[in-house]
Amino acid sequence: MSPPPAAPFGGRAQFQRARRKAALQALLLALPLLVFLLATFVAPIAQLLARSVENPEVSSAMPQLAHALQGWNGTGLPDEQAFAALAGGLKQAADSGQLGNVARRLNFYKPEFRSLMMKTSRAVRSQTPPAWKPVLLDLDPRWGDANTWQLLRRAATSPTPDYLLNAVDAKVAQDGSVVSVSADSAIFRSAFSRTIWISATVTLLCLLFGYPVAYLLANLPAKQSNRLMLLVIVPFWTSLLVRTTAWYVLLQPAGVVNSTLLHFGLISHPLPLIFNRTGVLIGMTHILLPYMILAIYSVMKGVSPSYMRAALSLGAHPATAFMRVYVPQTLPGVGAGVFLVFVLALGYYITPALLGGAGDEMISQLIAMQTNEQLNWGLAGALSLYLVVFTAVFYFIFNRLVGIDRLRFG
Amino acid sequence: MKSNRSVTGGSGMLPGRTLRRASGIAAVCATLSLVSAAAYAAETLSVVTFGGAYENAAKKAYFEPFTAKTGVQFSTESYDGGLAKLQAMEQAKNTTWDLIDLETNDAITACDEGLLKKFDRKSIGNTSDFLPGSISDCAVAAMVWSTVFAYDTSKLKDAPTTISDFFDLKKYPGKRGLRKSPKVAMEWALIADGVAPKDVYKVLGTPAGVDRAFKKLDTIKPNIVWWEAGSQAPQLLADGAVVMTQAYNGRIDDAVHKDKKPFKVVWDAQVYDYEWWGIPTGAKNADTAAKFIVSASQPQSYADLTKYIAYAPPRKDAIPLIEKSRLADLPTAPANFKRPVQIDAQFWADNADSINKRSHASLTQ
Repeated sequence: MSPPPAAPFGGRAQFQRARRKAALQALLLALPLLVFLLATFVAPIAQLLARSVENPEVSSAMPQLAHALQGWNGTGLPDEQAFAALAGGLKQAADSGQLGNVARRLNFYKPEFRSLMMKTSRAVRSQTPPAWKPVLLDLDPRWGDANTWQLLRRAATSPTPDYLLNAVDAKVAQDGSVVSVSADSAIFRSAFSRTIWISATVTLLCLLFGYPVAYLLANLPAKQSNRLMLLVIVPFWTSLLVRTTAWYVLLQPAGVVNSTLLHFGLISHPLPLIFNRTGVLIGMTHILLPYMILAIYSVMKGVSPSYMRAALSLGAHPATAFMRVYVPQTLPGVGAGVFLVFVLALGYYITPALLGGAGDEMISQLIAMQTNEQLNWGLAGALSLYLVVFTAVFYFIFNRLVGIDRLRFG
Repeated sequence: MKSNRSVTGGSGMLPGRTLRRASGIAAVCATLSLVSAAAYAAETLSVVTFGGAYENAAKKAYFEPFTAKTGVQFSTESYDGGLAKLQAMEQAKNTTWDLIDLETNDAITACDEGLLKKFDRKSIGNTSDFLPGSISDCAVAAMVWSTVFAYDTSKLKDAPTTISDFFDLKKYPGKRGLRKSPKVAMEWALIADGVAPKDVYKVLGTPAGVDRAFKKLDTIKPNIVWWEAGSQAPQLLADGAVVMTQAYNGRIDDAVHKDKKPFKVVWDAQVYDYEWWGIPTGAKNADTAAKFIVSASQPQSYADLTKYIAYAPPRKDAIPLIEKSRLADLPTAPANFKRPVQIDAQFWADNADSINKRSHASLTQ
């Protein structure tokens, strides 16, 4: 790049150059943030989502088995070659320390698959028979079941649709069709609808409580409104965990709320305020309320009072004027608040875990359980994928209906 | 500008000085460690445990007496369970641990995968008084801990005595604390429904048995308060949020003795588990570690542990050596050990996933 020569007539080119330079500068300034976001946000999320279709355990630990099963037509029992590949693969996996992973992966398909693999691995390590098929059939009748081998083949095929299906309570049946899992192990569809239902209720409650508060804040004299604002801001700045545990203390059977009500004789038994839906709604509404208030407030602040005055002077009833003149002007704030609160509520984890009961599990809690306890990261990835997709779909629908560009986030 | 520069100068000085001092300390440390390494070349056992109160108790009851007897020193490191690190060390052929404190499932898996040395049970001598299953091919039980249920004596005048009382909402109305996991809850449901403790896993191994357990759990479903961390259980009792709760016996014992809470443990249908000592396959001081295990599994060592923590000896010969007053707090005391269930780690490793799903489905209906 040589320095640009002085161009007496190159006004346009010069302008283009200057614009390119400015764009480049802007990009350079944004580059650290961009790299940071890519490295700490986009890449890990993409990796987690990729896990929802990856299926590396069996194929990497026992490659010959994966290969042998590809040649099998899926009906009846596979031939000696597959049995030998299984025995060899189990030895190899045990030596490379991957046996535990393989066994855990297979157990996701069927309970007791893990102990079958462990048992078989212990048995094959000590022998070298001329043919493996009779030995394994003799060891455990499950090796004589075609279904066991079909599942083994499913586990050795990558990418797999299984996690994505399991995350919506479906699976691939023996004949290859997609069916729902039995009702007593179906948990995810109801968890998704429960998550959406709780989030929608919390959003509505926040709107009901937040709108009047925002109105008050926007219309009081500055001195009073600043003081009131503190009451909104201070909880907003307080840690989520602190606020949740505070509700825990307040709402429990012997807590502040119940003992006060009992003391004044308003109730005779403690109200069930915690470890149920009531507790979750109270906690989440309180925690998310400031987002709604601030979003609406920022728009109300800019609404000129002269429109209302004009409506009133033209003879409108105050209620009519409020509903038809004032409220429509605040809709961008309402939209922003609803969007923020709903999307934040979708991912709630700590609050429902501490204040909710068994029937109030939200999807994030199930994702955490799969990640930390079951170590089924594929399923956790699939559940997260659906959550991300739902949020994106909500965003687009919301954008169509309200228009994200019209929203004002304060 | 000037103040700026002086600040830079100051901070520039500091690292230099700290560095010199640090390197001096490091030199002294290195010399010391060389000296100590020379003195105890083959006589420092590197032990890895879960840390906390149990490690402190093990230090007093197991490590210090062994040091007094043999001069072998101990260096301890703590971990959170799991075999990943052990596996990595074994693969790199550079195992720095000599002795590991293991949970049952890890002890089984590690033995299966060849990560632990085989242990010669004959070296302990007579083992006929060991509880069933407390010596495996690779590991020896270090203590017995138990999951029980407890209540607040100041609030429940009519004392519950059996696991059926835990499920009896008519006789004992009120909330029940349960760990948010089907483990133990399923076993209890079956026993309360009339299954003998010894048949629990036989019944639970069938789909009909699982149905039966869930049906029983359903009867108290609206009254269950879930907890996750072990410390939450005594807290729920203290807050009056539940009338009885499932808990680890050590936690209740701590609340009773340290915090003077009026809690009482009901030992009926207690679900106990072992904690294990194992020796990594590549351990450098494997022989000394084996000697330590023999020493730690003598009746007197087990009896000493109970002075510091309410975990029981896995062998019966240790029971007479324990103070009478302490005995009542231990899971294996004859009065407490009438209808025990040993948790079946194999069963849960195979079935945790499917039963967890069912338990979610049933609880959220």
